[in-house]
Amino acid sequence: MKKALIILLLTVVAVPTFARKFMSRTAKVTFFSATNLQNIEAKNNEGACLLDADSGVIEFIIPIRSFKFEKALMEEHFNENYMESDKFPKATFKGKVNGMSGVDFSKNGAYPVSVTGVMTIHGVDKKLTIGGTIMIKDRAPLIVSKFEVACADYNIDIPSVVAAKIAKTIEVTVNAPLKPLNR
Amino acid sequence: MVRRVALFALLFLVGAVQESRAQQGPDELSRLLSTDTSIHQHQLTIATFKGVRVINGQSVENEAPGVLNFIILHRFGSVQNAFQDYFGLDNANTRFGFEYGVNPWLTIGVGRSSYQKEYDGLARVKLLRQTMDNHMPISLSYAGTVMVRSDKVELADSTKTYYFSNRMSYCNQLLIARKFSERLSLQLSPTHVHLNLVPDSRDANDVFALGIGGRLKLSNRIALTAEYFYRIPGTELLSSTYYNALSLGLDIETGGHIFQLHFSNSTGMSERTFVTQTADSWSKGGIHLGFNISRVFTIIKPKEFR
Repeated sequence: MKKALIILLLTVVAVPTFARKFMSRTAKVTFFSATNLQNIEAKNNEGACLLDADSGVIEFIIPIRSFKFEKALMEEHFNENYMESDKFPKATFKGKVNGMSGVDFSKNGAYPVSVTGVMTIHGVDKKLTIGGTIMIKDRAPLIVSKFEVACADYNIDIPSVVAAKIAKTIEVTVNAPLKPLNR
Repeated sequence: MVRRVALFALLFLVGAVQESRAQQGPDELSRLLSTDTSIHQHQLTIATFKGVRVINGQSVENEAPGVLNFIILHRFGSVQNAFQDYFGLDNANTRFGFEYGVNPWLTIGVGRSSYQKEYDGLARVKLLRQTMDNHMPISLSYAGTVMVRSDKVELADSTKTYYFSNRMSYCNQLLIARKFSERLSLQLSPTHVHLNLVPDSRDANDVFALGIGGRLKLSNRIALTAEYFYRIPGTELLSSTYYNALSLGLDIETGGHIFQLHFSNSTGMSERTFVTQTADSWSKGGIHLGFNISRVFTIIKPKEFR
């Protein structure tokens, strides 16, 4: 009975404390707006990502002010007029990786997955499913994804004067190299 | 019995552990980041003002590093003559200027005004920057301007020599600004103007003034602005009647341009002229329409895009 208790203790209590969690503080998020008149690109190297390899729960927090633009005035407009980063300083995603069990962390390779969860941009929540790839190298995952975000879905108002210069759908690329989380 | 108690205790413990795990749920990353004090501390406040000038006077804003700003200032004649000179539109003064952001804290600039064919050079240095968390509640800059008039000057006494230094004047300013909210920004500008040559012996060579300016955003792209330069009594020029400059304006932002439209009793575009020699008065109808247009060019791209 004692043995059984100890085993129970180890499986139920101990396992969660040794959960395989991975984190990144240097996730790269870039976006690209393409129109006939101009292309706009912005880069952010300060995204945070957390992946629980057991539950498949994945979280992203992207500081809006960390997006860098080629033109300083665009960066100011992005923060002041479009994203209103004083009011909404972060974009977040909270979701679950579908098919996490198919990812073998001990074997190098690219595992196509999808995630379902809630994206929050500009204070607006939207439930969605996004495709991506988990690449395993030396037991550490790299998360890569490319998807589209429609400005209108997140109440990002683009005035008619500049409507021809800013794409209605923005292409977002995510590249998050994760490392085991040390506690 | 002991076993049963132990089992219940264990189940309770397991339940408690499971519960605490569930609470960790989706906000775990937020908590991990919030305990990490190394990031995003004291984030700097941006866009206290739309442009590098509140209206006439310089604002606490600098050009971004590697950015060249081409600024056209235009001041019309007084509106009081109505159709005689089409509300002053027939008489205009213009200043063309360039400003360049050398680094995050230094902007340098040159300009040339048509009034008295005046050239100017300026440097604006950021000394303190307001932060979002109010760790630093204000932004502070120093602005230094050198002005040289290049028009032909006829001296009343033709036996006297008109030295080059007589053409020069200088301005020192501290720009103290605070963005109180997303909408409201205010600035105090203690100003010292030194004139090498003044019209009359009654005039002081050093004029001290306190500028106060502000902007109130009406929408993301339109803002109301106001500015007043109060000359400290005892330091004004006395040989002619001059007034304190009061200006009211509207900032309109369109993509790459900033358009500032305003009414002022001053037509000057350099500190020497609008701080010390504003000859018209609002109460006597000496109101002038004016505008600033600013267009920025990126000369050196940020390092992420090289």
